[in-house]
Amino acid sequence: MAAPSTSPSLPPALADAVRDDASLRRFLHGLPGVDQVGVEQRAAGLGTRSIKKAGKMWAIDTAIGMVDLTTLEGADTHGKVRSLAAKARRPDPEHPDVPQVAAVCVYPDMVETAVRELDGTGIDIASVATAFPSGRSSLKVKLEDTAYAVDAGATEIDMVIDRGAFLSGRYGQVFDEIVQVKHACRDAHLKVILETGELATYDNVRRASWLGLLAGGDFIKTSTGKVSPAATLPVTHVMLQAVRDWHTQTGELRGVKPAGGIRTTKDAIKYLVAVHEVAGPEWLTADLFRFGASTLLNDLLMQRRTQLEGHYSGPDYVTVD
Amino acid sequence: MWEYAPAPESRDIANLKPTYRMFVDGQFVEGAGEPLKTVNPGTEEVLAEVSTAAPADVDKAVKAARRAYDRVWGKMPGSERAKYIFRIARLIQERGRELAVLESLDNGKPIKESRDVDVPTAAAHFFYHAGWADKLGYAGYGPDPKPLGVAGQVIPWNFPLLMAAWKIAPALACGNTVVLKPAETTPLTALVLAEIIQQADLPPGVVNILPGAGDVGAAVTSHPDVDKVAFTGSTEVGKLIQRQLAGTGRKLTLELGGKAANIVFDDAPLDQAVEGIVNGIFFNQGHVCCAGSRLLVQESVAEELLEKLRVRVSTLRVGDPLDKNTDVGAINSREQLTKIQQLVETGDAEGAERWTSACPLPDKGFYFAPTVFSNVSQAMRIAREEIFGPVLSVLTFRTPDEAVAKANNTPYGLSAGIWTEKGSRILWAAQKMRAGVVWANTFNRFDPTAPFGGYQESGFGREGGRTGLEAYLDV
Repeated sequence: MAAPSTSPSLPPALADAVRDDASLRRFLHGLPGVDQVGVEQRAAGLGTRSIKKAGKMWAIDTAIGMVDLTTLEGADTHGKVRSLAAKARRPDPEHPDVPQVAAVCVYPDMVETAVRELDGTGIDIASVATAFPSGRSSLKVKLEDTAYAVDAGATEIDMVIDRGAFLSGRYGQVFDEIVQVKHACRDAHLKVILETGELATYDNVRRASWLGLLAGGDFIKTSTGKVSPAATLPVTHVMLQAVRDWHTQTGELRGVKPAGGIRTTKDAIKYLVAVHEVAGPEWLTADLFRFGASTLLNDLLMQRRTQLEGHYSGPDYVTVD
Repeated sequence: MWEYAPAPESRDIANLKPTYRMFVDGQFVEGAGEPLKTVNPGTEEVLAEVSTAAPADVDKAVKAARRAYDRVWGKMPGSERAKYIFRIARLIQERGRELAVLESLDNGKPIKESRDVDVPTAAAHFFYHAGWADKLGYAGYGPDPKPLGVAGQVIPWNFPLLMAAWKIAPALACGNTVVLKPAETTPLTALVLAEIIQQADLPPGVVNILPGAGDVGAAVTSHPDVDKVAFTGSTEVGKLIQRQLAGTGRKLTLELGGKAANIVFDDAPLDQAVEGIVNGIFFNQGHVCCAGSRLLVQESVAEELLEKLRVRVSTLRVGDPLDKNTDVGAINSREQLTKIQQLVETGDAEGAERWTSACPLPDKGFYFAPTVFSNVSQAMRIAREEIFGPVLSVLTFRTPDEAVAKANNTPYGLSAGIWTEKGSRILWAAQKMRAGVVWANTFNRFDPTAPFGGYQESGFGREGGRTGLEAYLDV
């Protein structure tokens, strides 16, 4: 197995876990299980938090600043990416005090356009890579895909793991791929997409989370958005618990990104409550938590106006792209 | 830092009245006892004045119940009784918000619990038992089991409405009539339930509700014309009642205290075990007879689990019971608060290691911050006596046999929890537990279909499920 880029700082127990394929397997299977009923009950319970007034306003602005504004369609055009970038810079033209989003997220061939549009804004350019969304290609192609995006100026890479390898128990292979992609990222941040909708069990989500963290992923991300179910609250709970445990063991802060299916402010606030109470308040920053979303931003903007103006306005008052 | 803004439920929803009266023979009437003032434990303000029963009132209520039993309820076909009980269930749902807010005001429990647990479960008990009313012949107690007559029931303050439902629903379904005394500090929701019973057009006298202190309870349980006594409350009072009834031939069920063990094996789903431990002891401020107040954790994961537990407990929000984000509300009375404080002091004195959540507490009202004692040994008072508050005692064990031995080493035996991913271990441990309810990988889950009750000093008889019907049938 390739050495993970983080290995020098790993505590002995974790360094030992990544020594070889068998150790990695023992480690992942030795993690405490996740009780499905329990985690779903906890997620539903936290979902009843009532966030109002100043607390809600703070949550909306924070959520806007955590959005990875995404377009990942076969029909994407340079024009669409340009307007997405404009929206990212100034989400609500009538309210210049609305914060910028955290990043835009596009396919590798659109990175150049996004870079041009966002130069100097501080907004990150995230690119999916590694044969997104299926991950079905050779390692060589995946690394070239990554290098292509990074060379074009991407500051964040959203890679997909090889779910086939993971589900058939070839953890070492998945680990190696992540390590090598991380290397190919150079300075770019790496988000590791687990595609939890295909992992099927919470135990697998926990194992994949740890695998991503051990291999050096800066973020673990739920989904591509191309598979249903995409992000769910209980899955995000399990992943938030994993980064919290990682912090307890290593002192390092790693991020979580739920993606796909989060469309309303109400949903976004439930996720923020989970971040706040499961991982901890220090994760309430765009450096450590992101929303992978496209339609969510407009609902956040509409709810923000409602908070300020005291009444709802229609979808025609926010821009469609 | 993200501060959640206050999100209080409006207290107007409770329709609080300045005075409440007792409910006898279908009417709200003034009792001859000294009126009591019921207090909001969250703020210490007086909520309302409630008239209480004198011994003569108890007699009147029992006579009314007897009349209703003889003339109407006892001989009514089960399918007809069911209609009334279904109606009560639906009315509880309709007036659910009112009942939830009133319960939180009077009892101090957080609104999210009264809203999501107490009221829906109370309605569920009426729905469930309404279904039994015309099927009693199939319950396994013979082809046509008969009711007992008049049931005298005394309930505690920790789940005022829910306990009333647990008592009244099976009694009515089986064809008995009821005289019920709610707890002195929490009479209000039971009296709104009386309104609902009136709304449901139940024949007068079938249900009578008499607020008052222990003396009224004693008058109810010792009344010679009561055929069946059901009591939920302290072991001390339960023993008194049992002594009173010995030799009278009257049927008795007791649901008393507990000191439940929550056993976490090293192969448990740790994060969910932490949730279960929190839910086990901090649900309803720990005012739960089946609370998981003794945590038994396997040595090899003790440190990791305790660290996770402290982090989790620190996130519990203690405060205004009406705030929708409150996790732990107010202790029900000053008296109970004092009792908790005293027992916690013995924990310190006996050398246990005390950790208390740093959460802020309101200035007014009765509050106690969530507390975890580690390094507790089996001989300490905090490991043996029921604290009935948000205080957890943590003990460790090395082998499964030791866990079972320690768990069973208590005069109580109401509930137990087992946490392990191994199915065979769950079955093994559940068989060894001397407890009426054993939860596996969960805790404090209540369902009207599941019988609930204890061993030894936790009482006898079961409530809920098919088994629970036995207590109200002449079998």
